[in-house]
Amino acid sequence: MPVIQYREAIRQALSEELTRDPNVVVMGEEVGQFNGAYKVTEGLLEKFGPKRIVDTPISEAGFTGLGIGASMLGVRPVVELMFWSFYSVCFDQILNNAANLRYMSGGQIQCPIVIRGPANGGTNVGATHSHTPENILASHPGVKVVVPATPYDAKGLLKSAIRDNDPVMYLENTILYGDKGEVPAGEYLIPLGSADTKREGTDLSIISYGRAAIQSLAAAHLLQQEHNISAEVVDLRSIRPLDMDAVLASVRKTHRALVVEEQKPFCGVGAQLAFMIQSEAFDELDAPIARLSTIDGPSIYSPPVENEQLPNPQRIVRAAVDMLD
Amino acid sequence: MTKKSSATAEGQGEPGAGKPDFAGAPANAALSAEQRIHLYRVMVRIRRFEERSLRAYQAKKIGGFLHLYIGQEAVAVGCCSLMGKDDHVITAYRDHGHAIAVGMEMNPLMAELYGKATGCSKGKGGSMHFFDPARNFWGGHGVVGGQVPLGIGLAYALKYRELGGSCMTFMGDGAVNQGAVHEAYNLAALWELPVVFIIENNGYSMGTSQARSSAGELGRRAEAYGMAWGVCDGHDLYEVRAFMDRFLDMARTKSKPSLVELRTYRYRGHSVADPDKTYRAKAEVEEYRRTKDPIQVFQNELIAGQVMDVALAEKIDAEARSEADLAADFAEASPFPAVSDIQKDVYWEADNPSQRKSGGRLFFN
Repeated sequence: MPVIQYREAIRQALSEELTRDPNVVVMGEEVGQFNGAYKVTEGLLEKFGPKRIVDTPISEAGFTGLGIGASMLGVRPVVELMFWSFYSVCFDQILNNAANLRYMSGGQIQCPIVIRGPANGGTNVGATHSHTPENILASHPGVKVVVPATPYDAKGLLKSAIRDNDPVMYLENTILYGDKGEVPAGEYLIPLGSADTKREGTDLSIISYGRAAIQSLAAAHLLQQEHNISAEVVDLRSIRPLDMDAVLASVRKTHRALVVEEQKPFCGVGAQLAFMIQSEAFDELDAPIARLSTIDGPSIYSPPVENEQLPNPQRIVRAAVDMLD
Repeated sequence: MTKKSSATAEGQGEPGAGKPDFAGAPANAALSAEQRIHLYRVMVRIRRFEERSLRAYQAKKIGGFLHLYIGQEAVAVGCCSLMGKDDHVITAYRDHGHAIAVGMEMNPLMAELYGKATGCSKGKGGSMHFFDPARNFWGGHGVVGGQVPLGIGLAYALKYRELGGSCMTFMGDGAVNQGAVHEAYNLAALWELPVVFIIENNGYSMGTSQARSSAGELGRRAEAYGMAWGVCDGHDLYEVRAFMDRFLDMARTKSKPSLVELRTYRYRGHSVADPDKTYRAKAEVEEYRRTKDPIQVFQNELIAGQVMDVALAEKIDAEARSEADLAADFAEASPFPAVSDIQKDVYWEADNPSQRKSGGRLFFN
């Protein structure tokens, strides 16, 4: 099977869907002539031309709103935000318009738009460029939220997102763009709302998503090698819809749950998960649910300190060991 | 000032030049008597609908806000009466007039105000959120200026799909200082989208007058984006149609955007909750009502032109009142949505379970 980068997997998904459906349009800042700020869309302008690959001005509220409006009338835009951190300047368009239009029209309107881009810390770009808004997005009924961790997941989930008739927020990660993994050359889809158990284990369940899931896998390896702890790693892949059945199945197996998220703790995805686990699997738990989040403060610039602010394998190992002590 | 651009100022009205023959303009000359009477009737129906809804609001049958269109009828009716098959409309929260002007019936509109399941949005949208995509009417939007990027998106889709047509993107004079509106102006001009931005200038951004909220001329801002623009009085239906015709044609045939300002007036407050005493004089409202009321102006023209007589005008009025009363009866008799309806019409997939591809939970209680 071909081994390709995460960014190439996204590009393959875009390319295949652009080929499949003439109504798919990719638009955003620097997606065309510049070949993408992170080279995700490299070569697409040459292949599909300027009608399908559209460079926008720096105008997030304008072009996300435009994409949402176009999606109401038969276009299927894939709008790139150079950083998801910029959601704050187009919040009204995403969360008042895309999320609510179907509802407020009594089901008469649908907005099949995908908004995608990276949402992560860890690159020393400071507080304005390091937001992880998946919890904020997912707290708005009407949108779907997807956070792929691997090249394989990135491609299959994006293809599903583009074909979805609801607005899908697709959160990538600049640090993962260069990660490599096996990706089939041909067509495949991964349904939204299906978690993936990326490592089997028996002593505790680490429930995570995005880059934190990759770090959880590294931590699980260390836990096995250095502490003889067998950790299972469940990668949610999708925050809304949420595959709670997979989470509960893992908790019923290991009887311990550690939630790991690259989120600030207050009302983060992990808070919702912890509530649901205790609510639905209380009797299965042998220990309080543990949670490892980003240290609660604006994202610090200082490179070595930012690494400690975020989840990392060492922090995850400590949290797991503490839990089993 | 010297300038060389595609901007054109239209219909600014030359003092002392006398009123041009708007009735004889191409957009109006071909109208049959029946069509003229129909246009009059639509304006009257809007006004009687609004008055009836106000009574229902005062009787506490309607929740939330109620932004009435009374006084502005010639704008929505003039513009929407020019719509062809591929012309679309989107507007802000003062949307009842546009809804009736595009052909929506009073019953589902009144029922929506009453929060009933028979409402146009099943009681989920309310006054500010009327929609009828089948009639190319895309709302009804509550956040000032938020609909304007959507409007250029509709225009983008028309152009992308080579459908011809246009999107009339309405906003109030209070919207013009929102950033998203300027982003939309820029994108529309940059990409030559078939949109007509229509500022319905009723003089007040809620309770703040234009002089206190906006620098410069609202329409002239188009010049900075290289867009055609114009200003027109919005109380004479013939004038609105004559004026709008060429901007719509420019959008449809040349895919060129434009920005127009239609000067109008609202008799009622920003919303019914507005005390309407702090920011304008009663005499100002009375003066407009006395000299520029769009229904009276058009009635005078139709009677003078022997298209209609007073008896017919009275009959139309009585019918509109009756229609609005019946709509209120319909709304009153209709059921409220069920609590179980709260989670319907949220996700397409949840509403179409046999076609659902995703797994997992979409709702969390």
